[in-house]
Amino acid sequence: MNDTPDTDGMTEEGRTTRGARQRGPEDTAVIRKALGVALATGVYGITAGALAVAAGLSVLQAMALSLLLFSGGSQFAFFGVIGAGGSPVAAVASSTLLGVRNGFYGLQVSQLLGVHRWARPVAAHFTIDESTAVAVTQTQPRQQRIGFWVTGVGIFALWNLTTFVGAVAGGSIGDPRTYGLDAAAAAAFVGLLWPRLRGRDPLAVAALAVVITVVSAPFVPAGVPVLAAVLAALVVGLPARGPRSGVVAP
Amino acid sequence: MWLAVLAACALAYGLKLAGYLVPQHVLDIPWVHRVTPLLPVALLSALIVTQALLTNDGTLVVDARAAGVGVAVLLLLLRAPFLVVVAAAAVTAALVRALA
Repeated sequence: MNDTPDTDGMTEEGRTTRGARQRGPEDTAVIRKALGVALATGVYGITAGALAVAAGLSVLQAMALSLLLFSGGSQFAFFGVIGAGGSPVAAVASSTLLGVRNGFYGLQVSQLLGVHRWARPVAAHFTIDESTAVAVTQTQPRQQRIGFWVTGVGIFALWNLTTFVGAVAGGSIGDPRTYGLDAAAAAAFVGLLWPRLRGRDPLAVAALAVVITVVSAPFVPAGVPVLAAVLAALVVGLPARGPRSGVVAP
Repeated sequence: MWLAVLAACALAYGLKLAGYLVPQHVLDIPWVHRVTPLLPVALLSALIVTQALLTNDGTLVVDARAAGVGVAVLLLLLRAPFLVVVAAAAVTAALVRALA
């Protein structure tokens, strides 16, 4: 695993070795992480499919959400509102609010991937919590790219397969939470961030983000607490003071 | 309903794409350049708390999820491999739920 903290020279060095093709244990490590995350998250599509149909959506509509929207939080928000008897407009609004964070992810992920102009629309579709988490917690461009694509495409494949199964089978197939998969998904994020929480700034950002989320959560709609945590990055990142070690410098 | 489904999909994709369409010269502004690498840390930390400790209405609760993530943190302190950490969290949460 890449447990070495970032050094200040990392960015330039990383750029020059971008095209390098050396395959090593780092590749295996990131692929293993990516597939682990894909498995822990992808199976959750069963719930996405089952809940969508339970809320009154058709199997085709459930599939459209997983294929085209492809962002778990937004999908659950969408049929959460519909299932509770809310209006379609409210469902769209709620789902969109949950999707704002993907836009923030794109800012950083686009820098790491260095994708061509034509590939950006494709990369954008796969930009979700998990693919971002695996990518930004790698220190080398090669592993960042591998992590992003393997996680993104892996989850997409599994998520859509399990959404279909969940939508067709409904509640009869069981709740992934019985197997602790919700805890596994959260633990995967912790495990990914863990080696990156070494520098002063990432630690400060993480701690502040946790406080902002917990304090704001009871008072604002779902999705807003996570967005409010952007403040943590602003508070820590805005003051210009000397060289710093971010998670991964772009 | 189809209209709402497709509108939600279009808006979600638009937001994802927006992050990629911010011009390089904007990202190169010093303060933007300092803040963007910290954004995923902030968002993912918030997400972890949401997933492990908060209910749907935003109340703080310590349940099977927190137990699973707690075990994960312990194993990370012991330098356990990533997949072991993730699997142990699942097993812990499943056990806590089965026993509850």
